[in-house]
Amino acid sequence: MTTTEPAGTEADAPPPDPNAVSVTLNGTPITARKGELIIAAAERHGEYIPRFCYHERMKPVGMCRMCLVEVDSGRGPAITPSCMVTVAPDMKIDTQSPTVKRMQEGVLELLLANHPLDCPVCDKGGECPLQDQTLAYGPGESRFVEEKRHYEKPIPISDLVYLDRERCILCDRCTRFADEVAGDALIHFVSRGNNTQVNTFPDEPFSSYFSGNTVQICPVGALTAKPYRFKARPWDLEQAESTCTTCAVGCRVVVQSSRDELVRYLGVDSDPVNWGWLCDRGRFDFEAVNSEARLTGPLVRTADGLASTSWNAALAAAARLITDGKAAAGAANIAVIGGARGSNEDAFAWGRLARDVIGTPNIYPQMGDGLPAAVLGLPRATIDDAASAATIVLLSPDLKEELPVLYLRLRDAAENKRSRIIEFAPKASGMSRYAWKSVVYEPGTQAAVVAATLADPAVAAQLARGPVVVVAGRANLAETSAATVAALREVLAAAPDATVLPAFRRGNAVGALMVGLDASNGGLDTRRALQAAAAGQIECLVLLGADPIADFPDTDLARRALVGARRVIAVDTFLTASTQYADVVLAASAYAEKAGTTTNLEGRVTTLAQKVTPAGTSRPDWMIAAGLAQALGADLGVGSVDELTEAIAASVAAFADVTPAALAASSDGVLAAAPTTVGSLPTDTVAVADRNSYDFRLVVSRTLYDRAVGTANSPSLAHLARSSALHMHPLDLERAGVIAGADVKVSSPKASLVLRVEPDDSVLRGTVWVPFNQPGPNIGELIDCTAAVTDVRVENL
Amino acid sequence: MSNPQGTPIAHAPGYIAGDRPQIVTSRFQYADSYTLERYLATDGYAGLRAALGRAPQSVHDEVKNATVLGRGGAGFPAGVKWGLTPQGKFPRYLVVNGDESEPGTYKDRLLMERDPHQLIEGCLIACYAAGLSQCFLYIRGEMALAQERVAVALNEAYAAGYVGKNILGTDFSLDIVLHWGAGAYVVGEETALIESLEGNRGMPRLKPPYFPAAIGLYGQPTIVNNVETLANLPWLLRNGADAYTAIGTPTSPGTRMVAVSGHVNRPGVYEIVNGTTTFRDLFYSDEFCGGIRNGNELKAFVPGGGSAPWFLPDQLDLPFEGRLVGAAGSMLGSGAVMVMDHTTDIPAAALTLTRFYAHESCGKCVPCREGGTWLERILSRIVAGKGTQADLDQLLEVGQSICPGNFPHAASERLGLEAVPFPYKMTTICFVGPSAFAPVHSALTLFRDEFEAKIVKRISIPVIAASAAGGGQ
Repeated sequence: MTTTEPAGTEADAPPPDPNAVSVTLNGTPITARKGELIIAAAERHGEYIPRFCYHERMKPVGMCRMCLVEVDSGRGPAITPSCMVTVAPDMKIDTQSPTVKRMQEGVLELLLANHPLDCPVCDKGGECPLQDQTLAYGPGESRFVEEKRHYEKPIPISDLVYLDRERCILCDRCTRFADEVAGDALIHFVSRGNNTQVNTFPDEPFSSYFSGNTVQICPVGALTAKPYRFKARPWDLEQAESTCTTCAVGCRVVVQSSRDELVRYLGVDSDPVNWGWLCDRGRFDFEAVNSEARLTGPLVRTADGLASTSWNAALAAAARLITDGKAAAGAANIAVIGGARGSNEDAFAWGRLARDVIGTPNIYPQMGDGLPAAVLGLPRATIDDAASAATIVLLSPDLKEELPVLYLRLRDAAENKRSRIIEFAPKASGMSRYAWKSVVYEPGTQAAVVAATLADPAVAAQLARGPVVVVAGRANLAETSAATVAALREVLAAAPDATVLPAFRRGNAVGALMVGLDASNGGLDTRRALQAAAAGQIECLVLLGADPIADFPDTDLARRALVGARRVIAVDTFLTASTQYADVVLAASAYAEKAGTTTNLEGRVTTLAQKVTPAGTSRPDWMIAAGLAQALGADLGVGSVDELTEAIAASVAAFADVTPAALAASSDGVLAAAPTTVGSLPTDTVAVADRNSYDFRLVVSRTLYDRAVGTANSPSLAHLARSSALHMHPLDLERAGVIAGADVKVSSPKASLVLRVEPDDSVLRGTVWVPFNQPGPNIGELIDCTAAVTDVRVENL
Repeated sequence: MSNPQGTPIAHAPGYIAGDRPQIVTSRFQYADSYTLERYLATDGYAGLRAALGRAPQSVHDEVKNATVLGRGGAGFPAGVKWGLTPQGKFPRYLVVNGDESEPGTYKDRLLMERDPHQLIEGCLIACYAAGLSQCFLYIRGEMALAQERVAVALNEAYAAGYVGKNILGTDFSLDIVLHWGAGAYVVGEETALIESLEGNRGMPRLKPPYFPAAIGLYGQPTIVNNVETLANLPWLLRNGADAYTAIGTPTSPGTRMVAVSGHVNRPGVYEIVNGTTTFRDLFYSDEFCGGIRNGNELKAFVPGGGSAPWFLPDQLDLPFEGRLVGAAGSMLGSGAVMVMDHTTDIPAAALTLTRFYAHESCGKCVPCREGGTWLERILSRIVAGKGTQADLDQLLEVGQSICPGNFPHAASERLGLEAVPFPYKMTTICFVGPSAFAPVHSALTLFRDEFEAKIVKRISIPVIAASAAGGGQ
């Protein structure tokens, strides 16, 4: 978003800048940068050259001819596409000559010749580059009297996107995006000349995780998103800049609402983070905020089940449960799990509540599906560091599924030959095809596999070529996190200067850990809290936006913990499988219903905006913490979000620079200095028994669309979840004696499930993969979180 | 074709020999001209032997000294083009443009059908001289016989050791890859041809880089040469640059093949002397076309392929010299001459050409994609007798959106018009868009009365002005 040049560089620059190129723009000398396109240099100097196909994040194609200017390089003015030609010394650029004006009028008249001009019923009307530029540069009247081109309109090209080929001006933006940026070249030009159209391949929908971006970059109303179609007119929209918290990448977004209802998110081009792109899940899960199923007020358990009550009564009830629990067994037997889905302020307030008011160190945001918080103590890499490193080592979940925009950034680094990716994964991922080396390992063996691979002279030479960034996260939920940590230690042994980008789950997992929900001073992390609860040792368990039955890998333990905890308090936006065990449910405000800040996986703190009124009487988590503290007879001493942001800056060393003023000054946010004292990386060895030849080792991981509350409550996304199934390498089917598509019995030492078999050659032989938290049988039933790995037997029914 | 093998024939189908220097068509007189046997019996591969006996740079210099002009349309000297490749970057490729599709042009087809070995030898010489690693021979999809003959010839040449590893016992090796087009006019444009060869949609690449010499096929340095250009090389290497430049004029040496179609008595392909033969010679001399059919009056002619602005009888005495033709308001292009006698319905003739280019637009640039079709539709209406006076101006207005500024046209004594010389400015990447406008512009400028005669004599519904209608579009 750097479009302005520091003032005065021309006046006081005695040493000539080797990157400066002097050119003349409309008679005025300007200093452009070496290699800069004319269109970009002109825009930086206040001269907007109209364009349709040019997009600064994609390669230029020069299709629309709208940006033609006259350039004199010493041989007289020549018609030049300004999106294609870079500046050269002493160029004379004319963007306003009569010829340029005539060409602009000509291109617009020709673009409009076959454009349907159904602006009054077009979603784009009012924010349409074609409309705007016609007004600014167009001829004012059309002389086209022939019949226009006709196509069936609109046609769905995916579950989320509709295409109106009559409106399309064939700028190649969506098709270039699909190919160049997303790597899903599923839409393309078909036919030729005046009959050229964008379309999908027959029977092959544009089922990209990034399809929504094509709608955002479409310069006309040709591509429309199903969730927004006919929902609002642009001039009725209110908007605020915010950060997406669906995952931990922290993409900057503009949140738009109409009549106090969220209607659309747009990606903001944040240079260090998302470059303007969003994944479809992040873009469209606002539907969940608007959902009818939202909790609109607090509930307390009565003889007839959970019943609505007032906030005063609910907070008093919750306080009584906590006080009773403390009285019965001491504060150490009260545990809080969750807190990674809220803001920094929410986490901080709850940390204060737990430690200072209740007096328990048991508060932890991860749901047993991440890595130890000590990973945050390693030298931290930013996303930019990763995307410019010579080598990126992936020791992470499938980034395309879990951190989609990080996938785009790293894919870009690999595709543009800046970085080489060495991937270690329990199954082939979306990144495998871009990896320089992709090693698929059997769960439990990764440390040995990493050590052996990195010892290879060619790989060692690659690691020595320049900076190394390790993306570390939990790739397999059916194995202990210690296996990943052991592998991470091997990488750091081979590349001691490597920095780490933590691929943690949930929007604010890193922020919550950094502002204090880190179970320090001997507190219980989520797994141990659940184990203690299952053993009857927890008097009161607080679920802070946590749904362990859905999210904790070991479903059986989660269920036993909720039954075993004497009392359960839930803070949530929806009723979930876990809240049914709660004695008190406190209705929380959702995304865009509360302001604050969030921290992404690189430690970048950005603002969250409140755009709509919270559902019902729901409150932000931090306000609930303050209310609960008050009911417990204490005062957290906070009256507003800004006060909390300031309190964090004052008391958390890493956040010292993260003040409201600093955040207001930068849309890209403030990088919180990485903490250096989060404990050291655990060194426990992983003992993995050899797999029986008749067993398969289980790999469980998440996919982009699952039963997460935000997805399941967004009608446009809910049906995209793939449903639970047993994915097996096609060559293993015979060994297991099973038939593709058949239901089979899958047994682990814990339980058995019936799952459909799907052949899948991305799965390593000898292993099976089951997507986590999908509609259908719950694979978590088979996982034992105390076991190093999970081996399952597959039998016919 | 009933002649026994080896017996000279009066002329090959489509080709008419004469008593003039024959550089590329000397074997056309034989019915078996396309065989290796005949080729070897008529100095075949002697040029290659001569080349391999010399240093590549010396061969390159020979070609440069001969000023062999590119025969594809632009007339750029081949020797200069070869020198544009960056040093030390390998592999580098020769791409042979055999996608001859310009309306009226069919000379390369004959060269490939009647003398495929000459082309192969030319490719070998070019690659040797310019240090190119591999050759791709792209032949238009519709030319079935040319494809067959070149393929057979290439197999013969491989078997005989003229192509492949260690050619003629030297350490020069070359592979030639054949590729059939899929029928798109725009692929005759060199960068679109490269795209097509790479397996992409045939759409021109953006300029700069203006030549694929630096960044071409698969991103490597690439020379794209026309079939006829390369076919000149064996003769040149056998006889030397001096012999070559002795024919024709200093700026346009050698011969060139010209394909004449339309209203002449003997349409066909002729090898004429560059720079000296005039259009009048070509049309009226008995050695060539033998006059306009039925003794009719010449009305107009297209001097250089369907995309060239038209000439009038006023320009008959111009020779085949690119510079002079350019100054007179047109171009020699690919050597296709189309002749129209006085019976020609000019608007209909323009429509035929414009329809072709509108149909062949690849769809990349807006002015060509939308403008070409718009021109065609207005013209169709006029030809159908449903045009209005405003349509005539509108044709030129649409043309202005494709080619801003003065468009080249011929001088006319009858109309009191001065010539507007080549070239034109254009808003498109390649020449397909302007090509759709060129026939419209020539026809309308030189024969406006014929258009007006077709216009409905009624008051048409006026186009409502933006202000009156309350705001446009």
